[in-house]
Amino acid sequence: MKRVVCLVMIAWVAICGRGEFSAAEELSAMTLEVEGALKDLSSEDAAVQEAAVNALIAGGDPALLPKLEEVRATADRSVRMAIKPVIDLLKNKAKLASPDSNDRRSAATDLGSLGRPASLPWMQAALQQEPDRWVRYTLEESIQLIRLSSSDPEIQATAATKLGALHSQNAVPHLKELTAASSEGVARASREAIGRIETWASWANGFETIFRGISLSSILLMMSLGLAIVFGLMGVINMAHGELMMVGAYATYVAQELFKGYVSPELFDYYFLFALPLSFLAAGLCGLALEATVIRFLYGRPLETMLATWGVSLVMIQGARVYFGDLTSVAAPNWLRGGFQAMVGVYLPYNRLFIILLSVLCVVGIYLLLFRSGLGLRVRAVTQNRNMSACLGIPTRRVDAYTFAFGSGLAGIAGCALTLVGNVEPGLGQNYIVDSFMVVVAGGVGKLAGTIVAAMGIGSLNKLLEPSFGAVYGKVLILVFVILFLQWRPAGLFAMKGRNADA
Amino acid sequence: MKLTSTNDEKTDDNSSNQSRREFLSSSKKIAYGVGAAALLGNLGNWALSYAADKEPIKVGVLHSLSGTMAISEVSLRDVVLMAVEEINAKGGVLGRRIQPVVVDPASNWDLFAEKSKQLLLQDKVSVVFGCWTSVSRKSVLPVFEKNNGLLFYPVQYEGEECSHNVFYTGAAVNQQAVPAVEYLMSKEGGGYKKFYLLGTDYVYPKTTNKILRAMLLAKKVPEANIMEEYTPFHHQDYQTIVGKIKKFSAGGGACVISTINGDSNVPFYKEFANQGLRAEDAPIMAFSVAEDELRGMDTNPLVGHLAAWNYYQSVDTAQNKKFVADFKAYCKKNNLPDGEKRVTDDPIEAAYFGVHVWKQAVEKAGKTDVDAVRKAVYGQKFLAPGGEIKMDEGNQHTHKPVLIGEILKDGQFKTVWRSQGLVKPEPWSEYTNPEKGCDWTSHQGTYQKKA
Repeated sequence: MKRVVCLVMIAWVAICGRGEFSAAEELSAMTLEVEGALKDLSSEDAAVQEAAVNALIAGGDPALLPKLEEVRATADRSVRMAIKPVIDLLKNKAKLASPDSNDRRSAATDLGSLGRPASLPWMQAALQQEPDRWVRYTLEESIQLIRLSSSDPEIQATAATKLGALHSQNAVPHLKELTAASSEGVARASREAIGRIETWASWANGFETIFRGISLSSILLMMSLGLAIVFGLMGVINMAHGELMMVGAYATYVAQELFKGYVSPELFDYYFLFALPLSFLAAGLCGLALEATVIRFLYGRPLETMLATWGVSLVMIQGARVYFGDLTSVAAPNWLRGGFQAMVGVYLPYNRLFIILLSVLCVVGIYLLLFRSGLGLRVRAVTQNRNMSACLGIPTRRVDAYTFAFGSGLAGIAGCALTLVGNVEPGLGQNYIVDSFMVVVAGGVGKLAGTIVAAMGIGSLNKLLEPSFGAVYGKVLILVFVILFLQWRPAGLFAMKGRNADA
Repeated sequence: MKLTSTNDEKTDDNSSNQSRREFLSSSKKIAYGVGAAALLGNLGNWALSYAADKEPIKVGVLHSLSGTMAISEVSLRDVVLMAVEEINAKGGVLGRRIQPVVVDPASNWDLFAEKSKQLLLQDKVSVVFGCWTSVSRKSVLPVFEKNNGLLFYPVQYEGEECSHNVFYTGAAVNQQAVPAVEYLMSKEGGGYKKFYLLGTDYVYPKTTNKILRAMLLAKKVPEANIMEEYTPFHHQDYQTIVGKIKKFSAGGGACVISTINGDSNVPFYKEFANQGLRAEDAPIMAFSVAEDELRGMDTNPLVGHLAAWNYYQSVDTAQNKKFVADFKAYCKKNNLPDGEKRVTDDPIEAAYFGVHVWKQAVEKAGKTDVDAVRKAVYGQKFLAPGGEIKMDEGNQHTHKPVLIGEILKDGQFKTVWRSQGLVKPEPWSEYTNPEKGCDWTSHQGTYQKKA
């Protein structure tokens, strides 16, 4: 083993040494030429200037960048404009060698949109040793895009066909121009390519719409799960539910600040995993306190509960405003930033994938707790027949408190998850409370399955409507649908049946 | 209850009561000391107020201190009070102290009208500094016009207004949105050809986008290259819209013009970055994102995007450095939330120089009478933190420079473009209302231009 390592190291040193040597040799030969070109950049004569720019691009040495920046800092506007492409090209060339695949990919995109044929050999060289599939894809796309503007119709036609095979959405505007090209071959190739790209795009669009629907559904579900338990099972109209979400969001913020202050920076990215249980606990404890001080005295009096909890929600909002101020933010951890490319044209953000996963876990957790545990059995017994359960020795008061705290804790987790897509601010809960109630009511009060199906339905319907009606009317239409639906089935999707229906 | 009493008056009363009580009840020497000091302090105050001659001049401060708009408007109250304190420290106006009357309209439009009525009729203030949203301004407008009050409005807005009773120290559309889009179209700005106009569904974005659309069409941008889209207030789910932008920007040459307001910005920028779009592919040019909003945001997804304003905290002038330092010191001294970490931005600067412009005008007029002050404001110049500004001779608006800035990681802006000199305000856009003008010296407000 040791020997292998040694060999590798020797080889590495040899390669590096040689690289240095050849670079140094080249540099001495180039220096004079480069110096001249740099001087010519500031020339009044446009032709001389252009020649200098071309020479610098052809040289393609990113080591020149600091010098160019120096020239730019002192130059007037016309010179700055002239050297901008040089700087852009060289910067991106340097970025092609970056260890970060995102950097390499964005460099490839930029080189494609700069459209300088001089960058073709760089990208081809990079393509040879590129390990990442999507960087390779982008490199190839950029290469073909540049070739598309070649003067040779044959190259144009092959580039068009290849772009069609790549399903490149970026090429469509250029291809559209080429359909009117003088060469019949190019025009036909472009038309075919556009056809292929657009068929693919409609598929990709379909996938994306489905994903967006699922993502919105998962957010709706996260928000309403807690409410489904508190409102659905216990019959408590908790207007402060949104504020319990806010507590969860602020718990996440506190976790972040704690990690910033007391934990080494390498571990910072894991703060979110710590924040999840913390927000559950924080919101759960708030719920416990709320139950013990307010709701306990108002069981069976829905209107009073509503007013009292609404008052509590206002107090909590103002409390958060006073304590945290209006401006706080949670920075998503690195591993939840950006996204993953599922296929050409379909990009799935990690934060949304995470929320989908989290909502599935929550549903499973609730199922296990309610239907596979002793506490769940008692909870169900109390919801079905409080007096009978009490007679059988179930401590109904305590069960109420636990159930309420559990529902509140779920709201806290939802708040924690929401920091990934939105704001952390005192009014956060207000934005979501209406949607949560809508989901629970449409799903059928007291039925968890109903909540799940309603969240899926409303989320997907929203995303189906939005592209054609816009966000404003999409939302209006959803509300109209829900109202009509409740006219048709007042008890919601999964209505309670039997003797307990009115209880 | 006396509604006009300010905080310092109240504390004066308290301390004198307390001192008298202590003076009488306690025989300890310390209490004598305290009492004597408080008495002396009171005497000093008396002497000062007599020296300052007559009553103080009352000015109203009408900014939401609670509710959804508090996030933006509290800073404006702070800076107005700071400006007042500055002026008082230098001897006030016309030898009189300025006494601010602060009210809280609580982000409620009806309450704005009610509170402005209270300020004008009950407290009889000489001038009001206030409002942020266009709807709040529209709801106080009738009150000010009916009672001939004077309002200094410090926020950029959609124009199409020419009130005799308002001085607009923020930008009109031609001082912010129009130059911003012109910049994006220019070679220097990137030569963008496709424009996605995205905003929150209310009057400012809609009017601004109407003007921008007319302007783009006038500049021969084809209809197919302009998209317009609105979202409800507090919209949180930008998946579909970002998807549309992605498709729209394929092939390059596209940019987003954002008039998204308030808490929708964070979800929008987050989604934009997470779906793999970069500022290089399609920059977002925003008209409602300033330093004060960025202070509380995770700036990672915003870096490299653009904004257009008339002032940035990063403006490199001596008077701005002093202004920023003063504001931070003021916030720290008064124990305002975040203290030294506070930042300045465009509306804060506009609110600040509004107070000073009013003061100069009062001094020029020699009295606080609204009609006299108004006349004196016309043509008034002031060396504001962002550079010298000038009040227009007739249209009640302000001549200001336009600055395009790039958002940096620390929530500040790097100026990438600056207008040549000051831009003349046009309340009526040349693109949507070319036949209308606004002038109160040679016309009666809005008038029809002769062809």
